[in-house]
Amino acid sequence: MTIENQDFYSQAILSMAALVGLMSFLMLGQGRLLRLIFIFAVQGFLLTATTALAAYSLNNPHLYISAFLTFVLKVLFIPWMLKSQVIQMNLHRDLEALKNNTLVMLGGASLMVFSYYVLHPIVQTSSAVMLNALAVSLSVVLLGMLLMISHRQAVAHVVGFMSIENGLFFAAIVSTQGMPMVVELGVAFDVLVAAVLFGIFFFHIRTSIDSLDVDQLNRLHEVDK
Amino acid sequence: MIAVYFLLAISLVGIVFFATTGHKTDTGKINVWINSASLIATVWMAINVLNEGTILSANKVFLIDPFNVYLIVLTAFIGLTTSIFSSPYMAHERELGKLTDARLRMYYSMYQGFMLAMYLVLTTNNLGVMWVAMEGATLATVLLVSLYRTPESIEAAWKYFILCGVGIAQALFGTILLYYAAEQIGIGEDALLWSELYIHASHLNPEILEIAFVFLLIGYGTKIGLVPLHNWLPDAHSEGPTPMSAVLSGLLLNDALYAVVRNKMLVDGATHSNMAGLMMMSFGLLSFLVGALFLHRQTDIKRLFSYSSIEHMGMMTFAFGIGGALATFAALLHMTVHSLTKSAIFVTVGHAAQVAGTQKIDKIRGLIKTQPKIGWGLLIGTVSIAGFPPFGVFTSEFLVLVATMHSYPWLALLLLLGIGIAFAGLFRNIHPMVYGAKPEGQNPVKANLWPVMIHLGLVLWLGLAIPDFLANWFSEATRLIAGSAPL
Repeated sequence: MTIENQDFYSQAILSMAALVGLMSFLMLGQGRLLRLIFIFAVQGFLLTATTALAAYSLNNPHLYISAFLTFVLKVLFIPWMLKSQVIQMNLHRDLEALKNNTLVMLGGASLMVFSYYVLHPIVQTSSAVMLNALAVSLSVVLLGMLLMISHRQAVAHVVGFMSIENGLFFAAIVSTQGMPMVVELGVAFDVLVAAVLFGIFFFHIRTSIDSLDVDQLNRLHEVDK
Repeated sequence: MIAVYFLLAISLVGIVFFATTGHKTDTGKINVWINSASLIATVWMAINVLNEGTILSANKVFLIDPFNVYLIVLTAFIGLTTSIFSSPYMAHERELGKLTDARLRMYYSMYQGFMLAMYLVLTTNNLGVMWVAMEGATLATVLLVSLYRTPESIEAAWKYFILCGVGIAQALFGTILLYYAAEQIGIGEDALLWSELYIHASHLNPEILEIAFVFLLIGYGTKIGLVPLHNWLPDAHSEGPTPMSAVLSGLLLNDALYAVVRNKMLVDGATHSNMAGLMMMSFGLLSFLVGALFLHRQTDIKRLFSYSSIEHMGMMTFAFGIGGALATFAALLHMTVHSLTKSAIFVTVGHAAQVAGTQKIDKIRGLIKTQPKIGWGLLIGTVSIAGFPPFGVFTSEFLVLVATMHSYPWLALLLLLGIGIAFAGLFRNIHPMVYGAKPEGQNPVKANLWPVMIHLGLVLWLGLAIPDFLANWFSEATRLIAGSAPL
């Protein structure tokens, strides 16, 4: 597969996939919360652009609605909510010292290779463009998990959680031109409720442990100690 | 078919009603009435299915077949009995000052929210909506886990939220892959409808479906509480209010397993291999053994029984994994008797914890002397859950063992070992709690034990003689899942 042979839409999807994947890597290495949230918003914007592009190229008007929902939720509402929480709790000056940053980055790269390995069988029945798009989506999901593992701030966990949603959404758009409308609305509703609940939780966690460092949530154990 | 709309509307009305009126003295009783109305709607639905067979609504949005209709009735039944228990229990917690009116308002509203999500998971024909409803169930219950606002409960709720949220995201990826495979063969807009997928299952690309099933099993498996994805489960059960533990154990875990089995039916149709079954067997067996071992190291009574739930869910997953008529029949029966017994146990455990004023096992002593009904309830419930005859759990576990001996004789040894370990783990903890002298300063509490007696009575009945119509029903469901019936 050479990229010049593809039609314009496939080329655009591939570039978007690359950029979305890149954003996940940028988030992985980011210790400052405000920048992390900003990169998350950029990833949301790329998703919006991809959705709008798919809606235009495939002549599928219902995707415009998803694009609009994504824009409102992932570019405006969630970043705004997280940012105001961070500033309110005065966390924006802290630089989280990430342990083993190099190792985490290498881990992220291997997760990407792993995604390609897992999804390779589908290349037999579909185009190589699809393999790339799906593999990048899966790696965005896995990188989101790695982000949650490597960061200690609850805000970073929420960003990881939401970027997992981004990966899933990207997969749905590029592989199937979006899920049926009822499912998409349902997922958007779940994401919205989850975002609100996270806001409530920040408040509870802070009143209970006076910090948003989830390493301090360590009272419950599998067995007695 | 109207019954489905009724059922969903009743819960929806319940959410709005409790959220707008706030908590009053009779809110708990109204909750009981709402759940009774739901139960009537589900029985109506069940009678329809019994007479007419599988019902697919005109727009293909809802699918009611023998497999899900019995789970729907079970869900409504346990929802009702738990609400009967919850009414005086939550009133007592309110008197102790552990809860405020505002939190109780949220509790009752979200109780119905959880029920709505469960009904939607079971009745929908759309696999995407099933996912949305499953996530909705997490969202409805997450604030209930942290209802007491203690640091432990907030930690448990956060863990529950993050683990289940991330876990279930995998299931969405699996669903997207399924949709992708279905679009390739050109089903079009209906490509997420289970009934359509089931018809076309043999044309779906087996390789994509195998990958999809891995994600679906991990995703919904997090909610079933399969080891090693189970960490949220004991925390959420032990820190949340007891009625929540009862419905989480009795309903949520079952319905997540239901989602896996529904998807497995599609994957089996496409792959013609037992790959999905083998995966379920290994996860199930691991959960079963780990759950049984962890029973020995618990100090909190609710954690003890949540590990027992992990153990039993493991056994069901294992049995569904074996496939075949006998194992599937046993798994369906086990789902029923486990739900009934476990929710009954959590009811008695809740009262026992109120008697002792703590959930610590070494502080709960001499229950039979203090309040005989609770003590005997706990003892009989434990005898039942440990798989003693003549209770229904014995019947289903025995059938699982027989099916295992037929297909994988060596694994039967592991199963027997696990049952033994679990038995010892339960009784070393339960024995001192129910027998012995009455401890100082522990007094009987106001308790309504009718739900416990009804549940255990039903389990006993299922163990002695399964009524004809129920047996036929189970074998219909078995025929649907496994392709052949045991009877």
